[in-house]
Amino acid sequence: MDVTPLIQIKNISKQYKGTTFRSLDTVNLEISRGEIYGLLGPNGAGKTTLISILCGLIKPTSGVVLISGKSFKTQAREIRKSIGVVPQEYALYPKLTAKENLLYFGSMFGMTKSELLPIVLSHLDQLGLLPFADKKIKTFSGGMKRRVNLIAGILHNPELLFLDEPTVGVDVQSKQAITAKLQELNKVGTTIIYTSHHLREAQDLCSLVGIIDSGKIIAENTPAKLIADTENARNLEDVFIALTGRELRDYA
Amino acid sequence: MHRFLASIKKEFLLLARDPGGLIILFLMPILLVVTITLIQDVTFKSISSNSIEILLVDKDKGKLSSEIQKSFSEIEFLEPISEINNTPITEEEASLLVASGDYQLAVIIPEGLSSDLQNQIDKNIAKILEEFEGSKDYLDVKNVQEKLSEKVVKLYFDPITQETFRSSVIFAVDKLVASIETKSIYEAFEKELGESQSLKSFNRENFIKYQQINPSLSGESVLPNSVQHNIPAWTLFAIFFMILPLSLNLVHEKGQGTFVRLQTTPISYATIILGKAFLFLLVSLLQFTLILLLGIYVFPELGLPILDLGGNLELLYLVAFSSGLGAIGLGILLGTVFNSHEQAAPFGAVLVVLLAAIGGVWVPVFAMPDTMQVIAKISPMNWGLEAFYDCFLRKGSLMDILPEIGLLIGFFISTIVIAILYYEKKKAI
Repeated sequence: MDVTPLIQIKNISKQYKGTTFRSLDTVNLEISRGEIYGLLGPNGAGKTTLISILCGLIKPTSGVVLISGKSFKTQAREIRKSIGVVPQEYALYPKLTAKENLLYFGSMFGMTKSELLPIVLSHLDQLGLLPFADKKIKTFSGGMKRRVNLIAGILHNPELLFLDEPTVGVDVQSKQAITAKLQELNKVGTTIIYTSHHLREAQDLCSLVGIIDSGKIIAENTPAKLIADTENARNLEDVFIALTGRELRDYA
Repeated sequence: MHRFLASIKKEFLLLARDPGGLIILFLMPILLVVTITLIQDVTFKSISSNSIEILLVDKDKGKLSSEIQKSFSEIEFLEPISEINNTPITEEEASLLVASGDYQLAVIIPEGLSSDLQNQIDKNIAKILEEFEGSKDYLDVKNVQEKLSEKVVKLYFDPITQETFRSSVIFAVDKLVASIETKSIYEAFEKELGESQSLKSFNRENFIKYQQINPSLSGESVLPNSVQHNIPAWTLFAIFFMILPLSLNLVHEKGQGTFVRLQTTPISYATIILGKAFLFLLVSLLQFTLILLLGIYVFPELGLPILDLGGNLELLYLVAFSSGLGAIGLGILLGTVFNSHEQAAPFGAVLVVLLAAIGGVWVPVFAMPDTMQVIAKISPMNWGLEAFYDCFLRKGSLMDILPEIGLLIGFFISTIVIAILYYEKKKAI
């Protein structure tokens, strides 16, 4: 069994051009295979920057990121084949149907239509969208779009899945369908990195939680341990407030 | 290859389901070409065949002014008016009528033109005959004035008249005055020398004539008309107008989050943009085909000359293909650099108009100032236009258009390379 951490982050810093502060400041992190890792933090803490670096969307100012021991500098294409990304926005073409969207994004991983079609229909069915397979995305509700957004990130059965607030703005039913799907994926071996502001959801879903603030990981453990280690904490939200404070985090 | 084909299919579906985009890409160029050609054809005809009323103020009231009036009425495109409400027009009235735009032109024949011209001619003839016969009798007898002031025929033009119209009128007036002067000289000679047979046998027709020839590179004669001139120019404008929807397509992709998803897949930026490039290249060739069909089948129905392809259909498509590539390269570069609709739309629209102006779509490059002529040579629209003119009007061969084709394809490759490098650099921000 491969015991090498799936994700190794070594001294990662990121300072955007034209800014005077570091969005990420010497972050070190290791995430093992099979985890559902919740990356939590207030607005502007550095969650999206860290996820973007891990997905290869932006380059760090300094430090090293290894996914399965591979670096984006030399093996970007190999890494991208093994990861799936579910962005916070509905990253779908509104004028294409759900099926057309999914067939297109699946084909970007080199899969043929005959390979993809049964997978697409199966996922649509599992998430209650099969009757709407041939409807255009622009006619979908927010919850339906979120579910299609998730399917588009898992068609190629990725080893590692990144989700940036996958349940934001959806109804309870869609939220439950999405979290159930994530747990199912995790059971079959998919490692999940997940950001959210829904701390109750993270508490139920994640096997490990990292709290990030001002570009630094300030705490990391299982939700139960974090709650136990924090004075008067009954849930993850109490832990979060205890660690990051009550001050508003407006930034521009 | 599989990813590339999937990208093309996706772009095709998105375009096919975008009525606004289809209108911009297909209907607008057709409307543009038809409208501009109709307008230019009417303008051309208005100078060559349709009559334009002009005001004629006769201050001379002599033999010469009658001759001028008669000759003016014989000019095909001018219809002289010397009275309004049975009252002769004065210079002041004529000036006001032209200034107010009621008439495009007023011609003022100066006072004493007939008598002064006759005196001038008599004087010249007398001088010539004196030199021949060594006598001063002619000068003494005629008692001509030693110095006659120059006579000025004033032409009042409406400020909005175009330079081409002014030039045509000035040329016609100049030719008319010259012919009247010549005729007067002949008559004066006849009067002085009597009914000589030798004078009667003079051929008064112009000895030197001119013939208008439109040479072509193939040696065949080419007859230029508004269609042959406008189809290449405005087709090219339409092809380059694709910069706008293409750059907006890329900007929109970035804005709706699908671009982020694509960036995390194993495909390269080159695959993403080349999928778009391929579809838009097909669109440009389809645009071109529609405009050619329009020129051949619809223009004659509208009373316009039929489009003559000149037997160079393959070369025409090669030019359209290369021009399409040039436009696509620029559109992709803009779409890569800009991040919002507000940036890309106005910049793209103004850039197309600028490139058209610099490239000679509106004003021929040879008529531009020296500096602009140099700048025109670096406009991809000028390369395409020259190549189209080589095919449509000069009947050129592949060798004749090869330099322009090379420049357009080189431009496409350069812009795509710059776009990819810019994209890679931006990721490091």
